[in-house]
Order: sequence, then structure tokens, then C-alpha cells
Amino acid sequence: MHDSGPLTDDGLVQLLTPIGERVEHPDYSPRVAHLDADALRGMWRDMVLVRRFDTEATSLQRQGELGLWVQSLGQEAAQIGSGRALAPQDFVFPSYREHGVAHTRGLDLTQLLRLFRGIDHGGWNPDDYNFHLYTLVIGSHTLHATGYAMGVQRDGAVGTGDPERDTAVVTYFGDGATAQGDVNEALVFSAVNNAPLVLFCQNNQWAISESTVRQARVPLADRGLGFGVPSVRVDGNDVLACYAVTAEALERARSGGGPTFIEAFTYRMGAHTTSDDPTRYRSAAEEDYWRQRDPIDRLTAYLTAAGELPDDFRTAVQAEADALGERTREFTRSLGRPGTGTMFEHVYATPHAIVDAERQWFERYESSFIGGAAE
Amino acid sequence: MNAPRPQKITFAKAINTGLRRAMDRDPKVMLMGEDIGALGGVFRVTDGLAKDFGSDRVVDTPLAESGIIGTAIGLALRGYRPVCEIQFDGFIFPGFDQITTQLAKMHYRSRGRLNLPVVIRVPFGGGIGAVEHHSESPEVLFAHTAGLRIVSPSSPADAHVMIQQAIASPDPVMFFEPKGRYWEKGEVDTEADPLAPAAGALLDSARVLRAGTEVTLVAHGPTVATALKVAESAAAEGRSIEVVDLRAISPLDVTTVAESVRRTGRCVVVHEAPVLYGTGAEVAARITEECFYHLQAPVLRVGGFHSPYPVAKLEHEYLPGLDRVLDAVDRVLAH
Repeated sequence: MHDSGPLTDDGLVQLLTPIGERVEHPDYSPRVAHLDADALRGMWRDMVLVRRFDTEATSLQRQGELGLWVQSLGQEAAQIGSGRALAPQDFVFPSYREHGVAHTRGLDLTQLLRLFRGIDHGGWNPDDYNFHLYTLVIGSHTLHATGYAMGVQRDGAVGTGDPERDTAVVTYFGDGATAQGDVNEALVFSAVNNAPLVLFCQNNQWAISESTVRQARVPLADRGLGFGVPSVRVDGNDVLACYAVTAEALERARSGGGPTFIEAFTYRMGAHTTSDDPTRYRSAAEEDYWRQRDPIDRLTAYLTAAGELPDDFRTAVQAEADALGERTREFTRSLGRPGTGTMFEHVYATPHAIVDAERQWFERYESSFIGGAAE
Repeated sequence: MNAPRPQKITFAKAINTGLRRAMDRDPKVMLMGEDIGALGGVFRVTDGLAKDFGSDRVVDTPLAESGIIGTAIGLALRGYRPVCEIQFDGFIFPGFDQITTQLAKMHYRSRGRLNLPVVIRVPFGGGIGAVEHHSESPEVLFAHTAGLRIVSPSSPADAHVMIQQAIASPDPVMFFEPKGRYWEKGEVDTEADPLAPAAGALLDSARVLRAGTEVTLVAHGPTVATALKVAESAAAEGRSIEVVDLRAISPLDVTTVAESVRRTGRCVVVHEAPVLYGTGAEVAARITEECFYHLQAPVLRVGGFHSPYPVAKLEHEYLPGLDRVLDAVDRVLAH
């Protein structure tokens, strides 16, 4: 579609073409050779469920049940493909659109909604899923991932050869984030420390209304090379290719080979968030172009042609998606308002005289009304 | 081995020894910063530690303050206790975002599930004839952010204990070191347990350093020594000044200051940072709330002006020195 600059799709690792034809790649085909039809159906199921959840959450925002929703529509292959390559002990530092990755870490998707309902700034225990809280400041968490990876090194959990011990850290961020100082510092720190880190950039072409050409004059993956970090561009709508390049990067990290930068070339099919209006800055033709490269359609076509997507499986997944949708609606509407006093909780891990005094004052103030605090 | 306790050592050595003891006590404690390894830091506060603890625990980082703080957060999430050195006060701002939006809020946004026991050491304050950005006092910029503890020791003995208490704290602590006092010596007990109840909770409590009856002089970090000189000078003129060392800016120990002001009826706050929206403003407001009817004069503030830190040749006119503080003391006594 584009012939130059960061929007070029030259050099993308691809194992499934947009029409679902399986193509071979000398380096990456072996990375997916062990994935049988069951595994591929599992990925297809993941993508369908995540999309259904995403659609449901968007509707809930429109109905006033969520303050905001950040759609992952169109990025399912990048997220499920990379997420499925992770080992249990690996640790993920997501941005805020990684619903698919959350799903692969075993986090029930509904738990993401506490944040967007406005009742929690997080919503889950990161150590239960090896999946850190969403970070809203662009790029900040890439440094946390780098530091965490430096800790993994110090724990001796790199290069032991024990597949259950060696650990990689993955951080997800977008094309816009590559302009941030923190992402560049994460590249410097991870490179000089040889940290077991995978920097997974989902280039979805748009940072709200700014296209990638406002962030870079070269393909984003070239950024990594300048820091001495091996880099790869992958078709981000090809779940197999995303799995393969991530598996390679994870193996490099776990074995002591240091960081890798992955640019997954994908498309944000929805708005930036429910507060955004993409019709103001991008064309219907562009959206049509990418709609024909839908990541789920691609895997559907491949599995169907191979005779590996039987109707009963599709029906069962559809029923599962319907149930998830219903559960998402019920869960969201069941979420109450946190107690007023909770805003004073966990400001510090140890008592802080000012916080304690303000809380006591506020409680007295609230209880001074007839009938006491309105909770 | 048989050195008499307490020993007389410099402020810098007191922190150095405190860091060493913390690293001996807990293998998860590590130091990060620019030039802190072979060089021992530009002020030599980490002298000898890289040699004894190795480059995995005393890390010479790239020159990127956001990177230092951001990776320290990640290391803390993995179970480490990083102590970051920011080379000079004026160089902390590339790390401001990580400190205020990430470090300060992680415990809160995780609803208490995650702790970030990170210490950020910042040599601060002026009076050393330095070039631009090497003499500033940015402590209240951080005190305005919930989730951070802000402390500043005023003596080698306090510095030695406070750095170890800061490292042991599960909360992030900003540790402001009065760089102009690094080479002043004081008695330090380097063997007493800094974490024992007997050591006191120095990160939470102010203390009366000198008793007096007519004016309470409140200071922290580098201006504590100034306040003590003021009290001495005023005593020669028959005036009795009580000196309170805040030690912590957040939390602010209002109780200790208010108890003092109830005795003296007058209060002057002195700090190097600009007066506008400064620690003095906070102390004045809280003292007015707590003990309005004990006050015999308005609470006065003496500090830096609302100008950038000036050139070195003018810094002694900018800084709150003996004469300007005495002038404020005279003014409250005139009421």
C-alpha cells in the first residue's frame, strides 16, 4: 500500500498471507512446526473470544456502563500470537490495549473492566498472572520491564538451560511510544545490560490521530538496530508469524542472548478509544484495505481450506463467545462503587501522619450529616 | 574492630557506612547511579562499595535519570531494594515523570499488592560555588505528590540511621542530602541497630535540637546548622531560641512543631528552597490551624527568592544566612 517511510510493509515476516495461504520462511517455519490443528484452533478461539469481549465492552461504554474503552479490534493476531509463545514464568508489562495478551496469561477478561468502570486503577494481582497492571503513561512501563529483566538476571534465571527456570520479560507498546524517551532509554538499558527482554511494538499505524510518519522516518524496527538490539518486522495480522518471531526472541532472552525489538505491523481497526473519532483523520479506503487483512479472517480461511475448522467447533466457540458477552454485561453492571474511605487506603505501605489526619477529618465530616456517611 | 563508639566521621562517610551496613544486612539492596562505581560517586558517597559488593550490586548506569528510576521500579517489582543516586539536584527532572506518576502511585493503584522500596538519594542545596543546576532545593516539588516520603538529614548521626531506615522502608523515599555539609564531621554510632525501636522512627519525626522559650526556629537539612548558629548568636543577646529539625517533609511532623510553638508563641521557618509555596508555607498554615491562640506574631519564612538559583557569586545573598534569619527572629520578637 505504501512505498516508503515507516509505513512500508517491506521485510515483514509472514507465514500466512492475507488470504490465508501458508507460506514458508527459512528461519521461522520451524518455530511453528509443532503447532498442530488443535493449537491453531485454540488460537482462533482466543481471537474470537477476545474480539467478542472487545465488542461487548465497546457497547457497554456506549450504554454508559464504562467510562472509557480502549479497543483491541484488529490487533488480535499480534497479541494472541505473541502471548501464546510465552512460558508461565515469563513476565509481561503491557500498555493498556493488551486485552488479548491478558487473556493468554489466564486473566479473566472481565477483570480488565474495573479500571474502565472507574472503580480501580488496576484490578488484578500482577503476580498471579505474571502480567503487570496496565500503564497509561506512554512508554513508562518499558523501563519497568527492563529493570524487572535486570532482576531476573540477578536471580540467575537466565541461561541455565532449565526451560522451567529461564525467564524472559516482554513489554508491549505502540508506534507512538517509540518517540518517547523512556522507550529509547529502555533500549539503551536493556542493550548494555544484555537484559532478557522482548520489546514488542504493535505498530497499529495510528497514535490517536497521528500516523506513524509523525513518529519516525524509518521503519520502527530500524530503531532497535541503532541500539545494537536485534530487530525484526513481522506481519502483525498473521498469528503464526507473530508466534514465531516472539518464540525466537523469547529463546534469545532466556538463553542469555539479550533483548530483541519486534515491530508487529498491524492496524487499529477501531478508534483509539471510545472518545476518539477516526473519521476526522483517516480515510474509509484505508480502513477497507485493512479490513481485507483482518487477522481472524486470515486464520479462518487457512483452517477452513485445510478442513480443520468444522462447523461444530465454530458453533461451540460462538456459544462460548455469547456466554462471555453475557457474563461481561452482568459482571460490569454488578460492580458497585468503592467505599469513600478507600481513597485513603494504600497511599503508603506504612502509616503517614498527614494521610491519617485527613482521613480522620473526612470521616468526621461525613458522619456529621444526619444519617451519617452516604455510602 | 575496636574503634571507640561513637566515631567521629564525615556526613558523606556516615551515609557510606549506612549503605554498606544495609547491603551487608540484605543481599537484595543494590545501588544504581552515574559514576557511583569505580569513581565512588562525584561526592565519593559510594566510595569502595563497588569494589566490595561488585558491579551487579553497585551499578554504573547509563546517563539517563528516567532510565535509572524506571529500571529501579522494575527491580523493586522483582524483589530488589534499589538505592538510586541522582548526581545533582538539578538533574533529577528527567526522572520526574517516573517518580511522580509511577514510583509514587504503584502501591496505591495496585491496592496495596505491590510495594516499591526504592530510595532516591539526591545531593541538594547550595553554598558550594557551583555552576547552574548544581545548587537547587527541589524537595517540595516531590512532597506535593502523595505516595513519596521526603526526608533530609541534618547531621552525620541522623544521616547514618536515616539512610538505613529509608532502605528498610516499604515505601519509596526521597533522601535529600545537604551536599554543602558532606565534609562536616560528627559523632556516629556505626554499630547500634538503626532499625531497633530505640533508634526511633526518624523518617516520621521532627525533633527539638535545642530548647528555647521565645521563638521556634524550624529547619531541615542544610539550614539546621544555620538555625543552630542563629540560636547561639541570639543567646549572646539574651534571646532564647528553640530549634526544631523537621527531618521529614513528608510526612510533616506537625505535632512536634506545634508543641514547640505552644511553648514559645513565635515561629520562623527557614529553608534554602524558594519561599513561595514552600515548606515554610505549609508549616505556617498548619501552625496557624493548630495553635492560633498561642501565636504572638505571624509565622515568618526565610528562604530562597522567586528567581532561579543565582550565579555562584550571588548565592550567599540568595541563601537564608545567619543575618537574614536573625532579622526574621527580631521581627517576630518585636510583636
